Amino acid sequence: MTAFVVVSVIKVFVVFGAVLGTVLFTIWLERKIVARMQSRYGPNRWGPFGLFTSLADGVKLFFKEQVSPRGIDKAAYVAAPVLALIPAFLAFAVIPFGEHVTLFGQTVTLEVTDLNVGLLWVIAMGSLAVYGVVLAGWASGSKYPLLGGIRSSAQMISYEIALSLSLVPVVVWAGTLSLREIVEAQIGTFGTIGWLPGPVQWIGHLIPKWYVVFQLPAFLLFMAAGVAETNRAPFDLPEAETELVAGYHTEYSGIKFAMFFLAEYVHIITISAVAVIMFLGGWDGPHLPFLPWMWPLMNFMGKTFTLVFLFIWLRATLPRIRYDKLMVLGWKGLIPMALGWLVVSATILTVKDAYFG
Amino acid sequence: MIDASVFLLAAALALGSGVAMVLVRNAVHAALFLVASQLALAVLFLIQGAFFIAALQIIVYAGAIMVLFVFVVMLLGVDKRESLIEPLRFQREIGVGLGVLLIVAALYLGVGTSFAVADLPDSAGPRSTEGNVEAVARELFTHWALPFEITSVLLIVAVVGTMVLAKRRLRS
Repeated sequence: MTAFVVVSVIKVFVVFGAVLGTVLFTIWLERKIVARMQSRYGPNRWGPFGLFTSLADGVKLFFKEQVSPRGIDKAAYVAAPVLALIPAFLAFAVIPFGEHVTLFGQTVTLEVTDLNVGLLWVIAMGSLAVYGVVLAGWASGSKYPLLGGIRSSAQMISYEIALSLSLVPVVVWAGTLSLREIVEAQIGTFGTIGWLPGPVQWIGHLIPKWYVVFQLPAFLLFMAAGVAETNRAPFDLPEAETELVAGYHTEYSGIKFAMFFLAEYVHIITISAVAVIMFLGGWDGPHLPFLPWMWPLMNFMGKTFTLVFLFIWLRATLPRIRYDKLMVLGWKGLIPMALGWLVVSATILTVKDAYFG
Repeated sequence: MIDASVFLLAAALALGSGVAMVLVRNAVHAALFLVASQLALAVLFLIQGAFFIAALQIIVYAGAIMVLFVFVVMLLGVDKRESLIEPLRFQREIGVGLGVLLIVAALYLGVGTSFAVADLPDSAGPRSTEGNVEAVARELFTHWALPFEITSVLLIVAVVGTMVLAKRRLRS
């Protein structure tokens, strides 16, 4: 019991620190990649390749004066950045990022807790993330933030539906809501495929059993909805600077602004990690004989950062979409497609179980 | 020990924010206190081992319904003077009377009844190995299938009704 509590507390701190560090790295990565895609240098002053720029920015924001306008609703104005940050971090409580590690005679699973409804927990935390943005917009007592807040609440509610629906086919296939069990169902390859002609049967050994193979439409839907859910370009309407100054966080400065910024990047990493777990086999991948505990972790991080890179790439490439088009895409495009794909994949599963055992 | 302290904390939070929701003047603040109350209820479900219900509590109530509440309150910009005009006469008196009646009824039912864990069906019991999702789904789609379907019909009727009303206003 005591050991469990101690291990849990340590895990909470380690995951918190790791996520924070990953966020700082991601911010640097984004600035560097976007700069390179636009033929600029990007940050290059602090540390090698400007690696410490985010850290310096964080320290700077921490000590900056916090300017707040007169018409604010004080309580909500202070609470909003905190409410944005807490769900973002809480979602990481159920994300498994590796198998087990044995340290000092204790077998430690590489996640804070294995909830048997882990996926629902992540979705629940995503749905709470709306409050920070909406409250910030309302409490600022100013027009642009209010417009940004209203936009974001409509956008995040709409795309949450598509996001959740795109995950349902995977849940149906895996038959569980536990993220760890979903990953475990994807480990390995298809092996020898019996119904193929003899000489090419071995090709199954090269194809991993990741859900992305048969659930590619669900994966694409999830990523599209994920970009909108995290308020990222080309769906960053809540903070469209050409229309709304900075949207919901226009009136925030100093550490409060930093918290919104942090929450956004934690959400990107969460969405990427969930996509890796649901579709890309989690920590499944190449294993080499030495350092056995490291490879799952490396696989997981490699895949996650590949998806983070995709987010950044999208931002550097695509122009912002118009607001009404965004809503049309969400309600008339993604949601019907997600529902349709759910029916199709449930049918495939039923037929497979009925006729092929 | 840990369970008891978490329960006391969450229960106090749920009740406290419930009271604060009624007392507070600002409509948005009231909605936020209601959210806090819902989240505290979710924690209560969690310590009972009902993870699935807790997650649903957060997703449906705190995450969807209350967001719409806040959204509407913000969008309509409820006027502070408006709350003092009462369209129903004796509204407060009736409200207090019904509230007292509810408390009396709850006490009457609550005192002398033991809400022991054993009263629940085995599969839905706390910390069951099967997992809450299967247990809830089985109960919902076998024993409670008819109420469940009727509720969904009710919701669809409400949605369609809203759309009809909204369309009519647009045309005139």
